[in-house]
Amino acid sequence: MQAFHLSQPNSLDAALAAARSHGAKFIAGGTDLMQLLKDNIEVPTELVDLERVGLSSIQADASELRLGAMARMSDAAVHPDVRAGWPAIVQALEASASPQVRNMGTIGGNLLQRTRCGYFRDTGFACNKREPGSGCPAIAGENRLMAILGGSDHCIATHPSDLAVALTALDAMVTLHGINGERRVPIADFYRLPADTPHIETILQPGEMITAVTVRASGAARNSHYLKLRDRASFEFALVSVAVGLDQRDGVIEHALLAAGGVGTRPWRLPQVEAALRGKALEDAVFGDASSIAAGGASPAQQNGFKRILLQRAVFRALQMASA
Amino acid sequence: MAFIGQGLDRVDGRLKVTGGAQYAAEFRVPDLVHAVLVQSTIGAGAITGFSLAAAQSMPGVLTIITPENALKLHAESNLPQAIRAPLLQDMDVHYNGQHVAVVVAEALEQADAAAARVRVQYRRDEPITSMDAVLDQAYLPKSFRNGERPADSRRGDPDGAFTAAQVKLDAVYVTPIEHHNPMEPHATIARWDGNQLTVWTATQGISGTQQSLAALFGIDPKDVRVICPYVGGGFGCKGNTWPPATLAAMAAKLVGRPVKLAVTRAQMFTSNGYRPRTVQSLRFAADQQGHLVSMRHDGISQMSQPVLGEFAEPVGLATEMLYACPNVAVTHRLVATNAPLPTYMRAPGEASGNFALESAIDELAVALKQNPLDFRMRNYAEQDPHENKPFASKALRECYRQGAEAFGWSRRPSEPRAMRDGNVLIGWGMATSTYPTHRMAANAYVRVNADGTALVQVGTQDLGTGTYTVMSQIAADELGLPVQRIHLELGDSRFPHAPVSGGSMTVASVGPAIKTACQAVRAKLSNDGDTNVALPELLARRNMPSVEASSEAKSGEEQKRYSMHAFGAQFAEVRVDADLGEIRVSRYVGAFDGGRIINTKTARSQLIGGIVFGIGMALLEETHVDGETGRVVNANVSEYLMPVNADIPDIQAILVPNDELVSNSLGAKGIGELPMVGVAAAVANAVYHATGVRVRKLPIRIEDLLV
Repeated sequence: MQAFHLSQPNSLDAALAAARSHGAKFIAGGTDLMQLLKDNIEVPTELVDLERVGLSSIQADASELRLGAMARMSDAAVHPDVRAGWPAIVQALEASASPQVRNMGTIGGNLLQRTRCGYFRDTGFACNKREPGSGCPAIAGENRLMAILGGSDHCIATHPSDLAVALTALDAMVTLHGINGERRVPIADFYRLPADTPHIETILQPGEMITAVTVRASGAARNSHYLKLRDRASFEFALVSVAVGLDQRDGVIEHALLAAGGVGTRPWRLPQVEAALRGKALEDAVFGDASSIAAGGASPAQQNGFKRILLQRAVFRALQMASA
Repeated sequence: MAFIGQGLDRVDGRLKVTGGAQYAAEFRVPDLVHAVLVQSTIGAGAITGFSLAAAQSMPGVLTIITPENALKLHAESNLPQAIRAPLLQDMDVHYNGQHVAVVVAEALEQADAAAARVRVQYRRDEPITSMDAVLDQAYLPKSFRNGERPADSRRGDPDGAFTAAQVKLDAVYVTPIEHHNPMEPHATIARWDGNQLTVWTATQGISGTQQSLAALFGIDPKDVRVICPYVGGGFGCKGNTWPPATLAAMAAKLVGRPVKLAVTRAQMFTSNGYRPRTVQSLRFAADQQGHLVSMRHDGISQMSQPVLGEFAEPVGLATEMLYACPNVAVTHRLVATNAPLPTYMRAPGEASGNFALESAIDELAVALKQNPLDFRMRNYAEQDPHENKPFASKALRECYRQGAEAFGWSRRPSEPRAMRDGNVLIGWGMATSTYPTHRMAANAYVRVNADGTALVQVGTQDLGTGTYTVMSQIAADELGLPVQRIHLELGDSRFPHAPVSGGSMTVASVGPAIKTACQAVRAKLSNDGDTNVALPELLARRNMPSVEASSEAKSGEEQKRYSMHAFGAQFAEVRVDADLGEIRVSRYVGAFDGGRIINTKTARSQLIGGIVFGIGMALLEETHVDGETGRVVNANVSEYLMPVNADIPDIQAILVPNDELVSNSLGAKGIGELPMVGVAAAVANAVYHATGVRVRKLPIRIEDLLV
């Protein structure tokens, strides 16, 4: 870790002002950033602590859920309104990390955590995400955990967040604040594909921060589910995960919302599966047809071809769970 | 009353849960400065230069030690525990993550920040990163088991018997590189007072550390004091004197101040050994009735470059003695790679060899359509078939019986995929466990005071297993004093010499030494006829303030006459999602003959801990090495998976009674490693029973079961 200056502003405006200095980074719960600092992967000269700026409220009504960026993961997971209206979000949070991490980790910070790719996490390796142009040894290396969707010749690292997968399925909007004011973007547009600039992971501009996440209330959100598959029963990132929301009437699927984690370089929406379900009967045969195209476009590396079939089966199982 | 055999709470429990137990890195030494290791980022080649100016100019930096200014050590020392390289003695790089420099600064943060600024230039060679590509270059170990026995053995005609046999198995089993990852990383504080060296260090062997450091620095062992009252787990990786301890002492010498060097979690993956990858070829055969007629076990294990030392994973030793089979051949070979030196890891050889052995036994039982337990009973070895000697004791039959009964083994359907709960397939598997009973000479000092207290000093160490507690119980019984009045001191090389705490031998080695010293104390006070009088009373009668004695205990003729092993039976239930492949162990029973049990509570903890360790081996643990650079990709405990609570079911650990006193005067056969031997095979056999899929490599993963 290298030395840095720490500022602890008392308001959003003060935080945004502090972040204008070159080399500044926001710190929220710090559960990921502290690791990155210790491993010399992030080397900020200025850390802007968001602990005192507020932004931690959790509000839900009949039309919308609003999660402040500084709301703790554990607080969101136990909130009765969130549990009632958006169970996939709760399940994604509860499947994340450990209780201790969830007590510190925030909603905004969770969405901005960096990949777990072992090549990215160790400065002894080349990594295009860490040092643009240095190369990607993961593509021909230890790639069991890497992405099968959305990769490029420059990066195949997965996005690690469970929460982001649930939010992507449920069409969440992300509210951003910068010195030029506020903007709201769909979460699907928030994350970028790596292409030839894997070091740029989101559309955040320098000095801009997430202040809130909003999710519409809907039948699909109320009947949503998050399925996470992994080697270890807890405290591990997803090999494959699926968030699903199903809105049905009289046994017919009106809306199906699906996204997958552990397979994509960003949270991966599955529109072709949604289309294959819309207007169809709520039954295993339909789920089977729809899940069979879940991995369309996948291009696995040597060690992670299994993720293609695991994704298809996870989609099928998640649909069964959401329809039970 | 007898304290031996009771389930006493740990005598050091309160200190541990209140933070009062001091571990190596926690000692406060005045004027202390901090050292941080810099490691190579290439897998093979040589250092051609350093760029140190940026790091040297950072605040607080005192010195940067490289091969260009390192202290020359006496590398000719030939002690088995002394790791002689890499100690900054030359510019060669033998593996990725090798120590190439040490930064010393006033504060830890300063040393750490400067270490990141050290730049190293290399001449790069092509590293050999995987043993699998060079198996054809396997070679015979130079000194298998430190020369105690040959690497190969043979009895009868295994190849001829295999050719003629009716039921055969010919299969290859693979186990991965694993790292010990004890909770406490390696840490050393080193201080020189003139030519005298004091180290506070996390070690499984204070005596070996004393000898090693004395040899490397060319000083008398009497001038090296090693202090280690508590160890936060070792599992084998603290058995040798690894370079970080030596480099801490070197740094302290060079800066003229006490130095603390604590290895980071990531550095733990290249600083202190690992369980080497093994490729094991097994050719087993049985007759139609289910009698083993041929067993051939050819094991190859991964090595570093030979210049770093030698370690051969002894995978075939249990195959020699576990079953009654007339035709057996075992070989051990090594393959050199650009990896660090491997080392002992909990049940070295036994654990990885048993996965192959007991999987193969299960496969033969399947081929014979026999119950795996019946098949093992049919081939039960009444005496050691390799050494042709009786066992000192062997309660394995009783382990099988009690384990099977507790598990409900008799209700096991013989066909795989026969038990299902919704989407989940359920399978039951078992395996035999065995581990040799080791013992080395040990010494102890005992003093009994007139006030009824006693002091026991012994130069052993407590890895966290309960050594303080069980040694107090042994002394209490022998002195006839309450266990609360025994003050036990260990972890200081000034105390009487005791061996390394490895090979599950601490109780069997140190316990008899304490017992003998206590008897010597009593002998000094007792005349004929007053053997029933309490020692404090005898002191009072003689108006003596205290009485003391030192004694050595070691093995005798019994070692030659008997084969000594602990045994166990492992039973696992797994639940496997039929479509998604997720595997969870849902029920576990282990029944063990560890000889006489000194403390049923700490023993049960050891057994449960070993089974958890084994479940990790079966399903989770694996060090991933980049094929291009030879660098570890998951050098952290987030991606190097070990079991968490959610992975572990209720474990029933049964202590099978055995009052044998032949192995040693306490009858202790060792239980540190025994419980993890066989777990991986029991789980793999249960996975087969659940799914019909035979997985011959560890860890067993989701993708292995996506059929």
